[in-house]
Amino acid sequence: MAYGYGGAELLSDISLKLSPGSFHFLTGPSGSGKTTFLKLCYGALTPTSGDVRLFGQDVRAMTRDDHALARRKIGVVHQDCAFLDHLPIADNVLLPLNVSGRDDLEDVANLKELMGWVGLSKRASAYPPTLSGGERQRAALARAVIMSPDVVLADEPTGNVDWEMSQRLLQLLIELNHMGKTIMIATHDMNLIRTAKNKVQARVLRIANRKLQLAGADL
Amino acid sequence: MSQFIRVLKGLFTGDAQADRVVPPSGFTARLTSFAAGAMAFLTVFALALSLASGRLATKWGDDLAHSSTLRISAPEGQMADQTAAALRVLETTPGVAVARALTSDEQRALLAPWFGPDLPIDALPVPQLIEIQETEAGYDATGLRLRLQAEVPGAVLDDHTRWRKPLEQAAGRLRLLGWVSILLIGATTATMITLAANAALAANAQVIAVLRLVGAQDGYIARAFVRRFTLRALTGAAIGTIVGTAAVLLLPAAQDAGGFLTGLGFQGFGWLWPVLIPPLAAVVAYFATGAAARRALSELT
Repeated sequence: MAYGYGGAELLSDISLKLSPGSFHFLTGPSGSGKTTFLKLCYGALTPTSGDVRLFGQDVRAMTRDDHALARRKIGVVHQDCAFLDHLPIADNVLLPLNVSGRDDLEDVANLKELMGWVGLSKRASAYPPTLSGGERQRAALARAVIMSPDVVLADEPTGNVDWEMSQRLLQLLIELNHMGKTIMIATHDMNLIRTAKNKVQARVLRIANRKLQLAGADL
Repeated sequence: MSQFIRVLKGLFTGDAQADRVVPPSGFTARLTSFAAGAMAFLTVFALALSLASGRLATKWGDDLAHSSTLRISAPEGQMADQTAAALRVLETTPGVAVARALTSDEQRALLAPWFGPDLPIDALPVPQLIEIQETEAGYDATGLRLRLQAEVPGAVLDDHTRWRKPLEQAAGRLRLLGWVSILLIGATTATMITLAANAALAANAQVIAVLRLVGAQDGYIARAFVRRFTLRALTGAAIGTIVGTAAVLLLPAAQDAGGFLTGLGFQGFGWLWPVLIPPLAAVVAYFATGAAARRALSELT
């Protein structure tokens, strides 16, 4: 598939299948189209040519409600985190459960465990604008995985956290992968990729000159 | 029916978390409540006008429908004989309950507004009037006219039809005007709530984007807005209705001297009509916001 905007082609000749349970890193220089590629992967953008299929369904043939149902199976960590600023961070993390009508007691217990996991237990009642960049990213990751989605797409999830926290977040994603979840992480952090490759079988993809390439060999 | 009950229950019980996903907005909330309140206030008056004109139409119709007048114009010497003959005819006419000749004083009182109280009525060729009260079934006006023509040549029967029709028609038009006003008020309410809902939806485009990112379907997003606007309209309309009803209550009671204006208000079970205004405003808000939300969500991709 290819994707362009305003007459300019941003991605071309892309062909990729994310198999269930696979682990992918996506790298590339700033502005190469990593975020655009992730958005195409969860149906927020539609390709200008070719097809994108979410769980076997062509995104062009999907209704808005079909997209919503598909996104419940895809946890997304946005680069800008995208929170509802008027809600405490715990409510933001619970949002995917709430919109799908699954906010029962068991899920609330999961929330406490998850908030502890990402180191935000004491910040659960804080509002997003009062959180640091790292805290926001951790909260975004917690929100992305609370539904135990089939796929997690994370755009620079460790960009604003320290090394120790980035390792914990990576460990969480690896554990999800061991549970059979499909993971794709867009990152600049080569150290993170190297650490991950010691723990999990990951494919490294690189976007360069609008094309997607396999880049595992040089890492 | 069960779907309706479910929607109604959802409106009042709601979903605490779903309600909170839309940030509390300032001016759209106040605009909706104010518009609903003002429109409910006006609806109370339109309703009062409509019901009062309905009552007036009925009253005028009933009053004039069950009474008629016989006017006897005869030379001086024959007036008493023709009056007596007319009364005899009327006494034997089925459908006539009471028939009596007006006294000179009563006739003078009728003419007093035009000629003053000192009118020498005996010296003037004023026709003799006979007041007829009909039974519920009424009489056969054509048959009576034919009999009178034969037995009392100077008698003219006025069954008030020519007065009654235009009065009833005017009151009926006034009532129709009241109902048209209510419909226009309802349409204006829907328009204002739609504008407020559109403004709220546009202001919350970012919130909608986040909700979609985490898998919210259009129905979930729309419900959050619809419930909020419906409850605001209900509250505003309830306040407007209470104030409007109190204002109608303070209007002077119906008096003969005041004519139509002093009779503007509710009577008996008519006081229950305003109770319907807040729920109707809520229904209007529910559908107006629902339509606005569906349209806005289809445009926000």
